[in-house]
Amino acid sequence: MHPLSSAVEPQQTAVTVPAEELSPATAAAIDDTLERAQAGDHAAFAQLYSLHKRRIYSLCLRMVGNVAEAEDLTQDAFLQLHRKIATFRGDSSFVTWLHRLAVNVVLMHLRKKGLSLISLDEAMEPTADEGPGRSFGAPDLTLAGAIDRMVLQRAVADLPPGYRLIFILHDIEGYEHNEVATMLDCSVGNSKSQLHKARLRLRQMLCSELRREARP
Amino acid sequence: MTNDIPIMTCQEFQEQLPELIGGGEDLHNHPHYQSCALCRALLADLEAIAQAARQLLPVEDPPEELWEHIEKAIQEEERAEGKETPSPSS
Repeated sequence: MHPLSSAVEPQQTAVTVPAEELSPATAAAIDDTLERAQAGDHAAFAQLYSLHKRRIYSLCLRMVGNVAEAEDLTQDAFLQLHRKIATFRGDSSFVTWLHRLAVNVVLMHLRKKGLSLISLDEAMEPTADEGPGRSFGAPDLTLAGAIDRMVLQRAVADLPPGYRLIFILHDIEGYEHNEVATMLDCSVGNSKSQLHKARLRLRQMLCSELRREARP
Repeated sequence: MTNDIPIMTCQEFQEQLPELIGGGEDLHNHPHYQSCALCRALLADLEAIAQAARQLLPVEDPPEELWEHIEKAIQEEERAEGKETPSPSS
């Protein structure tokens, strides 16, 4: 598999792990917690919060770049979860379903804020100015081995929200395109194409930064 | 990827990139990749970005008191709906 398409293995460092990597006993315990939470068990819901708070909070924080807003959004996401958890039927994994819910909370928040910088809808539509003709290589410099973590973090924060969301979900959080498509309610093809554009945009930003640093 | 595929232009290759990459294709054997330094540089950069993204983990925990706020909000909602809420310690 090409390194660009393989999902990361973030769950190894995050609190939650995908069901397929869990031992049967742990997976059964998590299923049991979910079922109890769906039946209204408060302690089980608290356990679900503990299991998923880190990833939901991180998603919110990366999307809004502001601690107070990220806390509010995390709270909204878990309140939504509490209201809707009984409706979860297992058509997708619970983690994907929860992320979809959190993504919707974040998107609603961003839309309320106006998003005049570049609209999400715009970011989710193909744009003429980012066609393939503008993506040629830059043989005068290469990013391999030259990407600083903080610089990348800043560049991700500067991405238009739609691109940022898809980059966070796929390249940072490690979701597959079919999962991202479910979360964003778009096609798998759209997820692939938007991720590609997000990476191209980041490349442009990182190359500019490198050129700036290289100036005498 | 076979050698029967005619050599593409950069534009044609790059138009197919999202699908090729997203589909898990190993592009290093693609005829255009092997013949075009510009597109090789592009792919190397995109790979570097995808790899560097992994460094953006680990993620952060929310503050401890956030759960208390959520719990309180849940209790208020349930009270408004007339539901009994077990105390957090029960």
